[in-house]
Amino acid sequence: MSLDLLLQPFSYDYMLTALWVSTLIGAVCGLLSGFITLKGWSLMGDALSHAVVPGVGLAHLAGLPLSLGAFTSGLLAAAAMSFVKLKTPVREDAVIGVVFTAFFAFGILLISLFPAQLDLKSIIFGNILAIAPGDVAQLVAISVLCVAVLALQWRDLLLFSFDPNQARTLGLPVRRLHLTLLLLLSATTVAALQAVGAILVVAMLITPGATAYLLTDRFGRMLVLGSALGAFTAFAGAYASYFLDGATGGCIVVLQTLGFLLAFVFGPKHGLLAARRARRRLCLVAPAVAP
Amino acid sequence: MTPAPDRPLTLAARGVTVTYPNGHVALTDATFALGGGTICALVGVNGSGKSTLFKALMGFVVPSAGAVTISDEPVRTAQRRGWVAYVPQAEEVDWTFPVNVHDVVMMGRYGYMNFLRIPRAADRDAVADALRRVGLWDLRDRQIGELSGGQKKRVFVARALAQQGRVILLDEPFTGVDVKTEEAIVALLRELRAEGRLILVSTHNLGSVPEFCDQVVLINRTVLACGPTSEVFTADNLQRAFGGALRHFDLSRSTVEEHDGRQVTVLTDDERPLVLGQGGHLEYRDRSAHEKLVADREAGKT
Ligand SMILES: Nc1ncnc2c1ncn2[C@@H]1O[C@H](COP(=O)(O)OP(=O)(O)O)[C@@H](O)[C@H]1O
Ligand SMILES: [Mg+2]
Repeated sequence: MSLDLLLQPFSYDYMLTALWVSTLIGAVCGLLSGFITLKGWSLMGDALSHAVVPGVGLAHLAGLPLSLGAFTSGLLAAAAMSFVKLKTPVREDAVIGVVFTAFFAFGILLISLFPAQLDLKSIIFGNILAIAPGDVAQLVAISVLCVAVLALQWRDLLLFSFDPNQARTLGLPVRRLHLTLLLLLSATTVAALQAVGAILVVAMLITPGATAYLLTDRFGRMLVLGSALGAFTAFAGAYASYFLDGATGGCIVVLQTLGFLLAFVFGPKHGLLAARRARRRLCLVAPAVAP
Repeated sequence: MTPAPDRPLTLAARGVTVTYPNGHVALTDATFALGGGTICALVGVNGSGKSTLFKALMGFVVPSAGAVTISDEPVRTAQRRGWVAYVPQAEEVDWTFPVNVHDVVMMGRYGYMNFLRIPRAADRDAVADALRRVGLWDLRDRQIGELSGGQKKRVFVARALAQQGRVILLDEPFTGVDVKTEEAIVALLRELRAEGRLILVSTHNLGSVPEFCDQVVLINRTVLACGPTSEVFTADNLQRAFGGALRHFDLSRSTVEEHDGRQVTVLTDDERPLVLGQGGHLEYRDRSAHEKLVADREAGKT
């Protein structure tokens, strides 16, 4: 393959935009994914990514910014979930399931009613190659805001995730931290929606964090690693999609999964091979160690 | 943040009633007062409201009646000043979380740090000091899940130390902990008592209470009795607190006879036994530290 061919994607404006916007979104989602995986909010991420669909549809029909519609819809869903959870003894995962599928179903219905104005495929699978300049500006604003909030508050959010009781005994605003994390999750979901689509957003918000978790035992490093993994896979995925002529979202998430599998097998401490080595070592020394 | 030196440390609950959202009244009219320089046991059967009382002391539940004050301040204020430190039960902690021993102990210092929570030299010193006191300095880089049960407990004791809390709450600290660790923690609690702190330990392990607690709050959905251990730990009070939930060994009805004199050896496998004497008063394992009590009782008898 000649160098010309390899550089070809960079000669198209739409590809350049797709590449850097994907990278940015990948980095932000990767950063947040550390919190999402450790807080046990993976299902919540999945729910929000589906719940934004009706908002996107309505915003599109009304000619409003897509991010605004998506964000409002996501927050409404989150509010509905906490309200139902508070008022019934139904288990949390069931509540989340009921609410987000209701939102998603409404979104699908909306799209099917207005097939001329709404493109099901681009909402569900994303279409970063056709992203409008206005949307790019919104994504950049969301990303900058998320990174800023995380940079300032990550230690508080870490304590909140690890030990909310300690956070409370120290007088930290636990409810506000909870809300902050929820807003960040909604915002990044909205941002990632256009790159990879509603269905695969959740992968961007979980897989890099889960991979990083296998690679380190320090929270700070996990965040940086998750972010780097997210950025790299998003860039490489968008780049590969040019040659494969495949869906960008699919390429990105397949790459992220490959990264996870590598960490799963070769991870220095939590990987399968490391665990086997450790077991073997244990077997060798076991007779010498009294229990 | 500095513990107000002008005001003596007190912890007082006045008429505290806690009602859970489902309508269950877990505590009714609980009243007691404690001062600094004490290790107090919070004793009661399962479901008697020990954890509920802790939650009220930490401000996690707001009493539907009555109030808790710490040095005459409401719990909220005391928290903001970092006065209340809490050592959680092992089951409450996510041991797979990617934090090491040092990170966790540093979390005790958040209240002293600025908005960004960037540790300063004073914070590092406090953490190092706390880690050395509990003997975990060499393990400071370990992920917390890779510790033994006793070491895990000590991490959180170190966090309370680093926080320099005036009131330290420990929920069931000796469950699942080996004897050596228990003794290490008890020694540490004694040091903290000597520093004038107020330590409240919830436990259902009766036998260990007389060993290291000078005060007891006995609860069963309300405060049944509170005061010095030797006064509160009587057969009557324990009967009221535990009802039929205790196993007895009554010497007078046993095969132990006059010719055995005072020679009886009590063995248990895990928990320490609680031994009560004639009329149901508390007997200590080691009389050397309690000469005065023995003399008083002698005087009372004659
Ligand atoms: N969140 C809650 N909602 C309703 N009832 C509760 C709640 N937590 C505890 N209880 C009830 O309050 C009583 C006291 O519980 P608790 O304080 O946990 O007791 P202990 O710690 O002494 O075992 C129990 O009957 C328990 O069922
Ligand atoms: Mg309890």
